[in-house]
Amino acid sequence: MTRMTFAEAARRALAAEMRRDPLVWALGEDLVQGGIFGQYRGLADEFGTERIVSTPISESTIMGAGLGAALCGTRPVIEMRIADFTLCAMDELVSQIAKVRYMFGGQGRASLVVRMPQGMWRNSAAQHSQCLEAWLTHIPGLVVAAPGTPADAAGLLVAAIRSDDPVVLMEPKNLWTAEGDVPDDVAPIPFGVARHAASGDALTVVTWSATVPVVEQAARESGVACDVFDLRSLWPWDEAAVIASARRTGRLLVVHEAVTVSGFGAEVVARVVEGVGPGGLRGVERLGAPRAPVPFSPALEDAMRISPARVAAAMKRVATT
Amino acid sequence: MSGTSNETARRIAMLRDMARIRAFEREAVAAMRSGEAPGVVHPSIGQEGVAVGVCANLRRADRITSTHRGHGHAIAKGADARAMMLELHGRAGGSCGGKGGSMHIADFAVGMLGANGVVGAGIPIACGAAQAIRLTKEDAIVACFFGDGAVNRGPFLEGMNWAALYRLPVLFVCEDNGFAAFTRNSAVTAGGGPAVRAEACGVPATVVDGEDVLAVDAVAADLIGRIRAGAGPQFLHAKCYRWEGHTGTDAAAYRPAEEAQAARGRDAIRRLAAVLEAEGVAGAEIIGIEAQAAAEMASHRAAALAAPWPDPGAAYTDVQDAGAPA
Repeated sequence: MTRMTFAEAARRALAAEMRRDPLVWALGEDLVQGGIFGQYRGLADEFGTERIVSTPISESTIMGAGLGAALCGTRPVIEMRIADFTLCAMDELVSQIAKVRYMFGGQGRASLVVRMPQGMWRNSAAQHSQCLEAWLTHIPGLVVAAPGTPADAAGLLVAAIRSDDPVVLMEPKNLWTAEGDVPDDVAPIPFGVARHAASGDALTVVTWSATVPVVEQAARESGVACDVFDLRSLWPWDEAAVIASARRTGRLLVVHEAVTVSGFGAEVVARVVEGVGPGGLRGVERLGAPRAPVPFSPALEDAMRISPARVAAAMKRVATT
Repeated sequence: MSGTSNETARRIAMLRDMARIRAFEREAVAAMRSGEAPGVVHPSIGQEGVAVGVCANLRRADRITSTHRGHGHAIAKGADARAMMLELHGRAGGSCGGKGGSMHIADFAVGMLGANGVVGAGIPIACGAAQAIRLTKEDAIVACFFGDGAVNRGPFLEGMNWAALYRLPVLFVCEDNGFAAFTRNSAVTAGGGPAVRAEACGVPATVVDGEDVLAVDAVAADLIGRIRAGAGPQFLHAKCYRWEGHTGTDAAAYRPAEEAQAARGRDAIRRLAAVLEAEGVAGAEIIGIEAQAAAEMASHRAAALAAPWPDPGAAYTDVQDAGAPA
């Protein structure tokens, strides 16, 4: 184990995969310069500019070229810079990448990774702060992963690169500099297996991505015995573990940074209710963002941000209803 | 078979391919109109010279990307026409097992990376395919077919710049049939047209009469030769005309009938047949080639109607490995 930042863990994982498999390469804006969060730092020096490719600001072609390259046997890592820019490449992701295997009757596979750092970060305002994971979990064909720790940033990236499915990796921008222990030899983390972050009998708490450390802190400080699951991947997700826990605690809190309305928390709650039955929960709540764009001013952004105090308050509410 | 030179034999093969495409499209349109083929087909009748003239210069290892009007590209690249016809009918044994239909025909065994239901979407895919080919040091190029409507989409600009920037081995083929769906493309396109736009991004462009397969063949041979020699991407603007409507049931009332009639007078198949006859190929041989093509495609259509439907369970396969439908 070595203590390192989220960005360094991801950087080392990609480097290791590129050493292991010469068919792995990466394309996106400013990659030769290290990427905007340093997650590609130094990789062009080691692997050259044919495998670490800095591209024009051409999101459709970054995404679509990744697909073409996958159909010809390579394993591209497509970097979208931030998730919001994926919106300029939605046809390529949703109607091409997600569907080629199916439409072509299994003749071709889009074995690729789409990295899209998401969420609030340093007052980036409405067009650079969105959490759109629910859009993508809705799309058949895609695997959606959302790491919340440095170790998972590495393990999920390795899994994504080795996966034959197209994998969307939504890295939380706010956690690039967060530190954690990372295995020296990173193993792939299987999709659909949650990390059981804390054990307790009073309340089942489900979260992912940027709110993982927030929830962990709140669980420690709230005094509520929380059973905390960091989902790590949202499609597939660990329904079995969450439903089993909710059946035991009878109370469920889902916390995410994304807008609550039609957020992935709605799917989690719905599946848990289907799993435990309509009378199986004594308390349930979703804690996410209001249905408003993310504002610029620190005073406004902080008002919208999911804080440990807000999560702890929700834990107490749900645990005592 | 007449005693012929290699060149004449090659031209006879081009005639055969064009005749096979036309016969395929005629059966496809008839099947759509009768309802035997569900959904929609976009026939390429009148455009056969472009597909055949380009693909006559491709090797099996070369890749193509295609469009919603892609039957001709697939057949010219060597795709299995019987499997294609089954696919149009949604039957088991179709190119995609009945899961794609006319707009998503692919035949990876011959480098046909797929038709596409989204205009211009093949352009980025072709760029990436060429990048992979370079990365893996494969000896192959990519031919990217798209229509004139695609030049008004963003991926066209992105892709031209991208291919020129990385000097990718791609032949862009703008198959200009004059119409973007129901609209005359010149009515919605400003500036100097496809070739000017390509050249503005640094992709050398050549304009060719797409209704003259020998002209397309000659230009494609030159451009593809340059691409194989490492010259980077090339652009071929092939002018032609879409004889049918946008789909097999579109009567194309938005254009004068005389215009469509005039295009039939420039038929690439008849023009090549005339050249072959002038070279001494017997008229009977040409008639035979066309009759054989018609018989082949009629037989494929009959086979499609007799083929079983896919197992309903196939609706849920090939979605994804992790998190597959329950």
